[in-house]
Amino acid sequence: MADISISPTTGSLPEPAGQVRIRGYWESVWRRLRYDYVTLFCLALIILIVLSAVFAPWLTHFDPDKSSIANRLRPIGHPKYILGTDEQGRDLLTRMLWGGRISLMMGIVPVLIATLVGGMFGVVAGYYGGKVNMIIMRTMDVFFAFPSVLLAIAISGSLGGGIFNQMLTLTVVLVPPICRVAETATSQVRNMDFVDAARASGASTISIIFSHVIVNVMSPVLVYASTLVSAAILLASGLSFLGLGVQPPTADWGLMLSTLRQSIYVQPIVCAVPGLAILVTSIAFNLVSDGLRQAMDVKA
Amino acid sequence: MTFDIAPATKADLIAEDPRDRGGPAQPMLIVERLKKYFPIHAGLLNRKVAEVKAVDDVSFFVLKGETLGIVGESGCGKSTLARLLMHLVAKDEGSLVLDGDPVGERRGVSLNALRRALQMVFQDSYSSLNPRLPIQESIAYGPRVQGDSAKQAKQKARDLLEQVGLRPNLYGQRYPHELSGGQKQRVNIARALALDPRLLILDEAVSALDKSVEAQVLNLLQDLKERFNLTYIFISHDLHVVQYISDRVLVMYLGQVVEIGPVDEFYRNPKHPYTKALLECRLSMDPDERVDAAPLAGDPPNPVNPPAGCRFHPRCPFAEEVCASKAPALGNVLQAGADKHLAACHMVIAGSGHTKAPTAELARA
Repeated sequence: MADISISPTTGSLPEPAGQVRIRGYWESVWRRLRYDYVTLFCLALIILIVLSAVFAPWLTHFDPDKSSIANRLRPIGHPKYILGTDEQGRDLLTRMLWGGRISLMMGIVPVLIATLVGGMFGVVAGYYGGKVNMIIMRTMDVFFAFPSVLLAIAISGSLGGGIFNQMLTLTVVLVPPICRVAETATSQVRNMDFVDAARASGASTISIIFSHVIVNVMSPVLVYASTLVSAAILLASGLSFLGLGVQPPTADWGLMLSTLRQSIYVQPIVCAVPGLAILVTSIAFNLVSDGLRQAMDVKA
Repeated sequence: MTFDIAPATKADLIAEDPRDRGGPAQPMLIVERLKKYFPIHAGLLNRKVAEVKAVDDVSFFVLKGETLGIVGESGCGKSTLARLLMHLVAKDEGSLVLDGDPVGERRGVSLNALRRALQMVFQDSYSSLNPRLPIQESIAYGPRVQGDSAKQAKQKARDLLEQVGLRPNLYGQRYPHELSGGQKQRVNIARALALDPRLLILDEAVSALDKSVEAQVLNLLQDLKERFNLTYIFISHDLHVVQYISDRVLVMYLGQVVEIGPVDEFYRNPKHPYTKALLECRLSMDPDERVDAAPLAGDPPNPVNPPAGCRFHPRCPFAEEVCASKAPALGNVLQAGADKHLAACHMVIAGSGHTKAPTAELARA
């Protein structure tokens, strides 16, 4: 006699033995990403650029800062210098690899710090609302009043050059937009019933923010922050180009573009190399963030 | 001498509950003169220009083990009342007494104890579950907050999923968007039960579900009520559902209680013209008994400036002069027994001055 008990409330049969595995959030994001070949290609490109920058000292045997007047402005495809040489006779490939270190750091580190700082302020402003929100967001509005390039020039002009100051400048410029995105997302989540349900269970505000708010605010903020990486690289390059960022002879894509500018009539293609690197890197970051946005959409 | 071997009565069940403090006769919750006015700010200086009287002087009690239905139009303050009871919105005035202990006062029960004893099922099953947490974790969150270990909380969540008719192995790891509306509402109920509450507030808990699922969830609620020895406050605009599930019914209009009474008496003999109109709005199963004209015209008046006198008088077919000048009193709800049927209408108050009011002798009889 089969002993099958049927639940009185659902009328359903007894459950199968063992845990049925259901995909987690990140697993389902990856599943959607796996068929997005453009995003995957760009992701691979970014990884390649990052790796080549990280391992720059082992990839070339030239000193990036040692100039040689005799070998100035060699063309691309030169037997010794694959990408030619710059206006001071330094191997361009070496300087591209070393410069990638600075440029990528300028793109990633300020965005990371700004995401943490801006995200925190945004979540606090969005969650508490009222006066707290007003104080934080109006302060951010002061920064919004200036165009970001102008603000960056003003800050870095007053702080002076150098890698650290340039990163500080970029962070300050990037905090307000991230804060705005985090605040909007938080105030939407804050009014959802599940936050009330958590409050009704006696949870502290800190616990609610960490378990319920941040997980929901994270994906819009991360997607937005990833678009800022390319903006930060461009901005950093721009500052270096203007002489407000990295100081020569340190290699940096923006600075290289700036110093090679004078030689554009002599070796136009060599001059375009740093610009091309900036272009490709920022497009790759933009496309990846676009793909991430689609993959991280829960209801898709 | 008689030997009564009747099945366990409500009083027995209550007496057996170790959480009980006040005894079976002590109401589970007494709400006294609860008020909540929401200020409206406007102008350059953001001054307070007006108030929305969302809940205005509401008193009632809920007995242990009973289901109190609360009905009323949209915007009458039902949901605000629920949030006030849960302390999700701070009250302006009034007091709550939970099983004999005043809430939030010295020597009374703490807010945390109240939150364990009182839980709520929200109307919107979509926004009431965190979209980024598997439902098992959503349910386990409350017990975790209240000090259970991760393992205990997980086990509790799985047990509760079982209790609400969802197989924990199949559904526990799912995300809310992978569930249907009825399943989500079951999860919401499980989440509310996770803190072992004694009183459950169901704020339009079945209103968004389609009829067949609604019936399933209602049966589940009835079932759980007995299994967990619960008391319900059932907020709804659906009078059929309220009739099915409630022991007593309370009608709200513009933030006030206009009628309260036992369910049978209430449906057989509604006293307040607003209640009568609401009951006439119900759809009949008989096609010959169609509702041709809406029994109630227009929107409820603006709660910022409620009408003087009886708040219902501008829409009331029986309104007379006295209705516009004097607010009818509901009577002392807290003193009257649970079997009393009270209405705040001049037509039922003896000697009120309304032509249809009973004379003093009739009222006494």
